[in-house]
Amino acid sequence: MPKVSSAPALEELRRDIESKRDPKKLCIALCSGTACVASGCQSVSDAFEQELDKQGLKGEIDFKRTGCHGFCERGPLVVIYPEEVCYTNVKAEDAQEIVKATKEKKTVERLLYVDPVTGKKIAREPDIPFYKNQQRFVFGPNRWIDPRSIEDYLFIGGYAALSKALFEMGPDKVLAEINKADLRGRGGGGFPAGKKWEETRNAPGEIKYVIVNCDEGDPGAYMDRSLMEGNPHSVLEGLIIGGFTIGSHQGFIYVRQEYPVACSNIEWAIKQAEEYGLLGNNILGSGFDFHVKVHRGAGAFVSGESSALMAAIEGKVGEPKLKYIHTAISGIKDRPSNLNNVETWANVPLIINKGSDWFRSIGSEGSKGTKIFSLVGKVNNTGLVEVPMGMTLRQIIYDIGGGIPGGKKFKGVQTGGPSGGIIPEQFLDTPIDFDELTKLGSMVGSGGMVIMDEDTCMVDTARYFIDFCCEESCGKCIPCREGLRVLREILTDITQGKGSEKDIETIEEVAQVMADASLCALGKTAASPVLTTLKYFGDEYEAHIKEKRCPAKVCSNLINYYIDPDKCEACMICMRNCPGEAIQGGKGIVHWIDQEKCTKCGMCYQLCPTKFSAIVKLSGEPVPAPVPGKAVARKKGG
Amino acid sequence: MTGISSIVNRVVEKHGSNKDMLIQILLDLQSGFGWLPREVLSEVGKELGIPQTRVYQVATFYKAFSFAPRGRHSVRVCMGTACQVRGASLVRDRVQQVLGIEPGETSPDMQFSLETVNCLGCCAMGPVMTVGDAYHGHLTVSDVEKTLEKCA
Amino acid sequence: METSVSLEIDGKKVKAKEGATILQAAKAANIDIPTLCEHEKLAPYGACRICSVEVEKKGRSQVVVACGYPVEEGIKVKTRSPKIDKIRKVIIELIAPVLSNEGMGTIKTLASEYKADVSRFIPKFKATPTRCILCGKCVRYCSEVVFRNAIGFVGRGTGRRVVFFPDRAYAYCATCQQCFGVCPTGKIGSQTTGDVFSGFSIDDFISGKMS
Repeated sequence: MPKVSSAPALEELRRDIESKRDPKKLCIALCSGTACVASGCQSVSDAFEQELDKQGLKGEIDFKRTGCHGFCERGPLVVIYPEEVCYTNVKAEDAQEIVKATKEKKTVERLLYVDPVTGKKIAREPDIPFYKNQQRFVFGPNRWIDPRSIEDYLFIGGYAALSKALFEMGPDKVLAEINKADLRGRGGGGFPAGKKWEETRNAPGEIKYVIVNCDEGDPGAYMDRSLMEGNPHSVLEGLIIGGFTIGSHQGFIYVRQEYPVACSNIEWAIKQAEEYGLLGNNILGSGFDFHVKVHRGAGAFVSGESSALMAAIEGKVGEPKLKYIHTAISGIKDRPSNLNNVETWANVPLIINKGSDWFRSIGSEGSKGTKIFSLVGKVNNTGLVEVPMGMTLRQIIYDIGGGIPGGKKFKGVQTGGPSGGIIPEQFLDTPIDFDELTKLGSMVGSGGMVIMDEDTCMVDTARYFIDFCCEESCGKCIPCREGLRVLREILTDITQGKGSEKDIETIEEVAQVMADASLCALGKTAASPVLTTLKYFGDEYEAHIKEKRCPAKVCSNLINYYIDPDKCEACMICMRNCPGEAIQGGKGIVHWIDQEKCTKCGMCYQLCPTKFSAIVKLSGEPVPAPVPGKAVARKKGG
Repeated sequence: MTGISSIVNRVVEKHGSNKDMLIQILLDLQSGFGWLPREVLSEVGKELGIPQTRVYQVATFYKAFSFAPRGRHSVRVCMGTACQVRGASLVRDRVQQVLGIEPGETSPDMQFSLETVNCLGCCAMGPVMTVGDAYHGHLTVSDVEKTLEKCA
Repeated sequence: METSVSLEIDGKKVKAKEGATILQAAKAANIDIPTLCEHEKLAPYGACRICSVEVEKKGRSQVVVACGYPVEEGIKVKTRSPKIDKIRKVIIELIAPVLSNEGMGTIKTLASEYKADVSRFIPKFKATPTRCILCGKCVRYCSEVVFRNAIGFVGRGTGRRVVFFPDRAYAYCATCQQCFGVCPTGKIGSQTTGDVFSGFSIDDFISGKMS
């Protein structure tokens, strides 16, 4: 492939690609994001390949494996182009029928999405409420492209922004656009990207670096993974434009090693871009040289912090550095270094192509553009959603998310990962906005949005986050390392019924010192989940401490499993499966749990048939004494 | 050159014998050997010209590296927030009970190594665990034993 | 010609060289700021955080560590305040259980000055007291001053430890022993002569034998 060596040549190549593609040609696109892979889409893929071959349709119908479409709850997902018919929960056995139907321009009704409210089937992907309420500018292209195909990316307009930046705009105008757009960092900090770029650009020194942070460590957040896997060129294009603007010729992409497909896809994209002359020396004949190196992480959340990440790129231990100078001025090897998140970079080509006015037309006053969120936890439509900033939490959770499964009551939404907080019901109409969520004691963070319901214990959740930070703290500074250790003990004690009244005061004092004196943001914000749960769910802490009761019935030490003798039908299922052999009874004899032997594993609770629902969790109340040998109550007929 | 030193040499050279690439080099060696034997770490320090203190500081900092051989089947239980609210703690406890080991340990028969991971990004299927490359989702406490038995 | 910077520390007008840290400026002006991980021969590290001070700049106040924050024209520094005192008090209370009695040493004086309750977190401390606050002075001294790299950091979080590397240590430590004097808790001197590193070596850490 000879390198494309000018802007006109790029457009010629694009027209050439377009001319070889018939927009009306049938195409079966299988979502192959990691979640769909986990749901078994590999076997679905094999089945499609086989069927197309068997039915002699290989030339007539294209088959493409795309990146994540976002509707992870309903994967494996298949979309038939050009009509955009969407099939959900596809299995390998369905391939034959889908291929046949596609050829005959029919749909497989049973695999269509059914609207739970209207009961109606919806055929087209864009009409499904989950998608309809989103604005998928950054994430949307995932569904049209094979991430290993640069030509797919070129077909949808890829690298036009780079060409425009290099030949029509120049660094000054690009910087002006990014500043005017008010693009704020999508990794958690929300810092104006243009300002950071400008600071790096103006910092003294010939050698400068630009960095993509794909260390996505917040548990429950996988937006960056899906972008990097599904559309690596969008990130790469943004990075090259950034390098050009800032005056950097070396980019780094830091990907956590837990994302092997993302690593592999970005490396492939780099190779292809180099082959096509879109990366490397003399890009598109512009005279601009830019090279990119991929660094994998090795399993440390703290290495996602800017100074820690830069240390890791230097082959040093990835822990934060004591530095009061911005990394924009002194970063990798003390050189000016601009670090931005994956999603931030992916927004750059959009802004260059469509203009800052377009970007500013989306979003709220203080937060422009869209944001991708991972909507997970106790929600019906788990997946990745892209919405304009300013949309309310309620709209996202209910209109897009479909609300809480099982008829359970919403309790809180956790945003901002371990640095964030849990927002209760009374604030559901808060617009998603960097500043609005911070006012509530939480933050937008990287975009993880974990929904919690009445069965979630807020004290246990706080303990979970503190535990996470304990594991991930680098251990360098005292307030974080030792503060987290103490908080973990206190919270664990509270969940075990060993809490005392002065614990709350201690938590608050330690948290304050951590926030004021820790070396980095991990330590400074680690106590946020505890503080917000204390603020909004203080009654749960009270119950745990004063009454030794867990209102959500989660904390093992504070709950007892109890078999209701009036409901037990002595089916023996729980008895046979109890790992601790703690259940007594027999055929026709009501079962009862020996509380001394019970390990609270929850097995019986899960296994008791729904029609009996004989097992309940008790907390803060005495467990009724068992009545050994009691016969099952015979139900009267009729 | 011994077997180990020639392998290390190859990996170091692949990364340009560049000190900055220490973590990348260790990742490749971990992948190749399945763990990081002492001789390997010693050799890396020699090849790159960096002190053992730095090699070990880096190697012991990261979860990806192990200093003892791992079990045949790598079991990873996701403890991400979404899985956590769906009951991952109980699943993990059950896995520990069945395998008889804690996270970070390998079973004495070298069949299983257990780890908890922060997020596999399959939140729709939570609670999730992987055994090798295979994903097992929508796990309940009662599924654990048969899932592990099938893999052994 | 060296530029001079004017700043205020605890209401006192102080002049310092450009590039100096608040701690250096304070020392020169005879203003005392406690430190645990700082040493004049070592690059600032920022691990203990006990030298935290409040800096007011352009109307905004923030807490920084004096050992690392460079002096700036016109800043107002407070080395004592309710916020700072609380930070120091809690830091002492947090490290007390790690130290156990023998390790308290000079920290006892700090503890009484800041009215720290050294037994406050002992009931919550479930690990074995290591007598090491991970200030890193030994590691950094060995690396930055004597260039021997015989002792280093391993692990992460509360599992972070300082260990000797026998291959290097046996060659140098017995005759060097310079880190013994910089250790604020006396741990190093109490646990090794430079020939014996029982429970204190990289092998102990890797094998899981270290407490």
